[in-house]
Amino acid sequence: MGAVMSIEEIVGSLDSGMTIGIGGWGSRRKPMALVRAICRSALTDLTVVSYGGPDVGLLCAAGKVRRVVAPFVTLDSIALEPHFRAARQSGAIEFTEYDEGMFMFGLLAGAHRLPFLPTRAGLGSDVMRVVPGLRTVRSPYEDGEELVAVPALTMDAALVHLDLADTRGNGRYLGPDPYMDDLFAKAAARCYLSCERMVEPGELGGPPQTLLVSRMHVTGVVETPDGGHFTGHGAGGERDEAFQRHYAASAADPEAWAAFADRFLSGDEAAYQEAVRRWHERDRVEGETR
Amino acid sequence: MAREGPRGRGDAMSTASAATRAEICVVACAEAWRGDGEVLAAAMGTCSVLGARLARHTFEPGLLTTDGGALLTAEPVALGAPADAVEGWLPFREHLWLVQNGRRHVMMGASQIDRHGNTNISAIGEWARPKSQLLGVRGAPGNTIGNPTSYWIPRHSTRVFVPEVDMVSGVGFDRAAGLGPRASRFHGLRRVVTDLGVFDFGTPDGSMRLVSVHPGVEVERVVAATGFELVIEGEVPETRQPTEEESRLIREVLDPKALRDQEVRA
Repeated sequence: MGAVMSIEEIVGSLDSGMTIGIGGWGSRRKPMALVRAICRSALTDLTVVSYGGPDVGLLCAAGKVRRVVAPFVTLDSIALEPHFRAARQSGAIEFTEYDEGMFMFGLLAGAHRLPFLPTRAGLGSDVMRVVPGLRTVRSPYEDGEELVAVPALTMDAALVHLDLADTRGNGRYLGPDPYMDDLFAKAAARCYLSCERMVEPGELGGPPQTLLVSRMHVTGVVETPDGGHFTGHGAGGERDEAFQRHYAASAADPEAWAAFADRFLSGDEAAYQEAVRRWHERDRVEGETR
Repeated sequence: MAREGPRGRGDAMSTASAATRAEICVVACAEAWRGDGEVLAAAMGTCSVLGARLARHTFEPGLLTTDGGALLTAEPVALGAPADAVEGWLPFREHLWLVQNGRRHVMMGASQIDRHGNTNISAIGEWARPKSQLLGVRGAPGNTIGNPTSYWIPRHSTRVFVPEVDMVSGVGFDRAAGLGPRASRFHGLRRVVTDLGVFDFGTPDGSMRLVSVHPGVEVERVVAATGFELVIEGEVPETRQPTEEESRLIREVLDPKALRDQEVRA
């Protein structure tokens, strides 16, 4: 069962050198409040396992990452993640690059205590060249087919963000896509769940199939209102596109990034949310006077 | 910019020669799914998405198409429009299972493509420390080894059509052949559509062949924009024009904001 924790308590329970899984997909329903807190922490040397978006970008920019394990890193409406690009191009990080389906099979294997799962995905591609130690396996049946043996993706901790959770750590999603968050929760030794809104047990409501994450897989749960910002979350899954554009434009230039980090990332989560609110207010005023 | 051409809507209805290059491309993309029946038409890029929905609207009504997200729409919807009525649910996990299942023909983009149809969307330069990090391989390895695959490339140039791709994300015919008949039995590259023409791999060794050039494009221009030797057999025909009904569907139903003109300039 999950204990109600603070953002700082969750990040304080992590150690440098850990392998950390992050739920969501691209720039969608990422546990950004927890990611921002890791950026503020003393943690370093992390291996980050993610269908990557600005979570990976921010952690790279903060110098927290030793290795990224991902099939892509993208902001969705902006194709390329500038911080991830910079980290790869400067050689600052190592990269384990999987196909999207291979990655899911790795999570499935990890979630179900299997050493690997077989798939055709990856055969013939350069994934086989650039991922050292990746092996194939031959079907023991008469077809004898050779398949990629995707090793289990296991993690010391997973961070996932859902729209609703109860104080025990049961979580519900409201958008159209569960992504792989339940698999991250099951594949990791510990899972920390952040949520937009926390309710009492029994008050999650909704159709039962939207109850994605069970308390049996959750170590800690924290309420982080708008903690998914600026990635898409909620029933409509809307992303703060204006702010994401500001993030991406700032990330492309060192001076602009220093100003961005100073304005938005130098304080705690409450300070971040307040700075974003003010940014939008000014943005709106400027828009009206233009 | 949405273009308000010299031709009015009435003219466009009455003569197919009024089609823009983008509209030619949409129809050429749509043709990729002809004969596919009841499969998911998975598309990336504006003209490709429009092509999938146009094919479903016209000659391939069995196709399944999405709202660009997790929903299979009951009818093809306009680009960027909400799903409206829904006939199915395809979140990423189900989409990835469908790649394994096989009832899917995907049209992807490519930052690099070679003569055998190997493609790269991952990184340019040495992989260990790339000159330019792109998306990552995404689903390209699984797509190409498991599903019929086509490509939509909005800017045909020697930067994209290269002798050798830097990181094989999507598997080409030579590499698939190297895996042997069993492992490669679901591999198949159908066609490549660019802003200049249409290509396939209908040659003995799976080399890329020029199928047609878009109206107004010289074969020499295609050759000059291609960094490897294309197979060219005799007279190369022109890519077909949209029918009146196709023009109407593209302009009035599927893409009234003319987003296609932002991807392919006239």
